[in-house]
Amino acid sequence: MSFINYSSREINCKVVYYGPGLGGKTTNLEYIYENTNPDAKGRMISLETETERTLFFDFLPLSLGEIRGFKTRFHLYTVPGQVFYDASRKLILKGVDGVVFVADSQADRLDANLESMDNLTTHLTEHGYDFQSIPKVIQYNKRDLPNAVNHDYLRSVLNPGGVPDYQAVAIEGTGVFETLKAVAKQVLVELKRNR
Amino acid sequence: MVQSLILHDEEFNALVHTATELCKTASARAVLLVDKDGQLLATAGDDQALDALSIASLTAGNVAATDGLAKLLGENEFGELYHQGEKDNIHISAAGERVLMVVIFNHRSSLGLVRLRVQQVVDTVVATVRRALERTTVSSDALSDLTVSEIDALLGEE
Repeated sequence: MSFINYSSREINCKVVYYGPGLGGKTTNLEYIYENTNPDAKGRMISLETETERTLFFDFLPLSLGEIRGFKTRFHLYTVPGQVFYDASRKLILKGVDGVVFVADSQADRLDANLESMDNLTTHLTEHGYDFQSIPKVIQYNKRDLPNAVNHDYLRSVLNPGGVPDYQAVAIEGTGVFETLKAVAKQVLVELKRNR
Repeated sequence: MVQSLILHDEEFNALVHTATELCKTASARAVLLVDKDGQLLATAGDDQALDALSIASLTAGNVAATDGLAKLLGENEFGELYHQGEKDNIHISAAGERVLMVVIFNHRSSLGLVRLRVQQVVDTVVATVRRALERTTVSSDALSDLTVSEIDALLGEE
């Protein structure tokens, strides 16, 4: 959960990018990393296999600026999407403040999206979170691909609860910062609500 | 769900003081106190030369993964981890349920000395964090009347 240091006047929050394998979670973080002022970001750590699949997690600390004199820092994590890294995914969700679900818009990945969403719900529940109330955003990635599923259909399947959602082409940066801002806003509103 | 941790001056200074003393008495290069979720709480020693935020995140990931291994073996946890390098070594141990003590040391110290000094301060760290958590539950603070427009301004969405 969030960590607030009144002495050094810092707010630290943890956001996890979740979703099926090869859906673009790491690409989101890479785009953020490459397009952020060097003063605002720490080193991006990627623990990946030789085939560029995320093995454990990616980590990017990002400063968003100051609010009420508090430096606001978001720690962005991705989880490995492949089904067999389930234990790793659960570990990384521990202490999460907000979730971005990166869905793969391609028709043949629909089942993988649903499986991953179920998996997210299960792990959050096991960690004691209420899936409905935790800050979250859905990103429909790879909208530029010819086999992308109709947006309205994808929405009806993956977002029946109507949480904020964005279309994206993460590799080009489309929708990446909109998604990040939307989750950051929800996390900060939740932080205020819990005070 | 894990309770959020809020550190006020008193507890933060106490943690920095403990880390500083541990760094000195263990002849360590640096000491980091890290929340098990990966948040960096306090540092001492040569922390400027280190990427402390990344070390905190990877340490927490490392411990979480090792805890998973422990459970597969029927253990609750492995209380300490030690990684030996050519020059620098890292000793990680749990201080209660919430905190990890990370000691980075080189040839000027030894694993035995680090272990001894860590054991001598573990109760102090646990007690300080407990005080912070108790205070978290009763504090009303400066962020309670934060407005949505202030949040929008932070995110560049005025």
